[in-house]
Amino acid sequence: MRLWLALLLLLAAGPARTAEEVVLGLSQDQVSISTSFSGSEILIFGAVKRETAIPEGPPLEVVVTVQGPDRPVTVRRKERRAGIWVNVDAVEVDSAPSFYAVATSGPWEEVISHTEDLRHAVSIPRAIRSVGAPSGVLEPQAFTDAVIRIRRANGLYIHKEGAVDLREQTLFDTAIALPANLTEGLYTTRVFLTRDRAVVARFDTTIPVRKVGLERWLFTLSHQQPLLYGLMSLAIAIAAGWAASAAFRLMRPQ
Amino acid sequence: MMIYLPIAEVSVNAFLLLGLGGLVGILSGMFGVGGGFLITPLLFFIGIPPAVAVATSANQIVAASFSAVLAHFRRRTVDLRMGFVLLAGGLVGSGLGIVVFNILREMGQVDLLVRLCYVVFLGIIGALMFVESLRALRKTRGGKIAPRKKHTWIHGLPLKMRFRTSGLYISVIPPVLVGVAVGMLAAIMGVGGGFIMVPAMIYLLGMPTKVVIGTSLFQIIFVAAFTTLLHAVTNQTVDVVLAVLLLVGGVLGAQFGAVFGARMRAEQLRILLATLVLLVCGKLALDLLLRPEELYTLSTGAV
Repeated sequence: MRLWLALLLLLAAGPARTAEEVVLGLSQDQVSISTSFSGSEILIFGAVKRETAIPEGPPLEVVVTVQGPDRPVTVRRKERRAGIWVNVDAVEVDSAPSFYAVATSGPWEEVISHTEDLRHAVSIPRAIRSVGAPSGVLEPQAFTDAVIRIRRANGLYIHKEGAVDLREQTLFDTAIALPANLTEGLYTTRVFLTRDRAVVARFDTTIPVRKVGLERWLFTLSHQQPLLYGLMSLAIAIAAGWAASAAFRLMRPQ
Repeated sequence: MMIYLPIAEVSVNAFLLLGLGGLVGILSGMFGVGGGFLITPLLFFIGIPPAVAVATSANQIVAASFSAVLAHFRRRTVDLRMGFVLLAGGLVGSGLGIVVFNILREMGQVDLLVRLCYVVFLGIIGALMFVESLRALRKTRGGKIAPRKKHTWIHGLPLKMRFRTSGLYISVIPPVLVGVAVGMLAAIMGVGGGFIMVPAMIYLLGMPTKVVIGTSLFQIIFVAAFTTLLHAVTNQTVDVVLAVLLLVGGVLGAQFGAVFGARMRAEQLRILLATLVLLVCGKLALDLLLRPEELYTLSTGAV
């Protein structure tokens, strides 16, 4: 799948190369989640490379997206049953990015058209794939909307119009804030150049986000050696309990 | 200072966790309870995923109970034989509890079950304790001491066994059943179950109060340890970093709590604890009864 996409991209990019191309830089080429991790900010900057003069007509616009790893999400809806609020129905959203940020250089309607949004899956709702809800569910769209609403409230989905600074139709930069509750994985970064609401060039790269040090070690251990991890947790607990008791005895000799 | 928890995958303030552990430690030092029934709901409130909160509390309880039981061993107030009988039941119950927990987690109802368990048990225990300690306060003012019950239907059951430390000669069936029930609750609610075990041992089994706490703590260590292991192996939801932060606060708090507790009368302590239990219960009940702000909840594969 990914290989095909890459091939398609190559084909698409091949003949169009004469026009405009993206040269991209990142403030950090990987994000490390350490024990003290409390969010991060990536600075994405770049330039538009062209062999000819700036074309006439509508100005160039830039759209930048950063997308975390896709995961299926179960969305549950609560309803009042017998006086208390219980989960009544659930929809499995097949794939929703754990993080998604999209920043543009101008108002959304002026930057990209609906068809281009559909083709490249740029806006937040397009980035979520939900194949079908169980037949009993009345409003499947409400569940997808809930994913977007909740994650936007948590700072996991960001939609910022006008957040990309574009100078002389050539230099652009934007900052994307990564929240503290990030998940690990490869974060795809895409830059789209548009003219007259159509995509004229696209550039993709990835930023790996990894737990490092103690975080990495504990997480790996808990998944690969769960028994050992459990025993280690217990040993720490017993040792702490014993230490507390011993310290207490020292402080108050009886 | 923010700390990223590797399993819960959220970033929380370390001092908040230390304070939380300390607060619960003070209470457990004062009242002789593990504090699991307080720490798990408090972890929900600060945004730790319920599955992680339940599993990690079990780990924290191991430490708190181990520390306390050492003191009881020195005072020889642990009935080992009774402890092992309760334990046999407890391990079975714990295993059953994990199975129920996982089935409900797949159905998406684990949150509801844990909260319902809390409301029901905290409500019952809190109310009973409140009434009982009020009555005891009035009685001690009148100068009378409550008489202990002599014989109940429990003494008619077969499979009798002698428990020397407790001075009891009763059937093993009731202690095993108490053990199973508490083990299940421990696994589902992430509590040691002391607040259910203690009244059950006093009122159902008729054990003398001075051995009850030590014995209950003794068996809670094993049940909580077993629960921790099962959660670690089946769900990978024990967060060691979270546990350590809670532990440090808890251990320090417990020392202060013990000092405060020694200055107060038993009935006053029990009334305070009952009020606290009822408050937590009320807050959780309101969450279930009032319309939540967000009707939808998300869950990904891991948590």
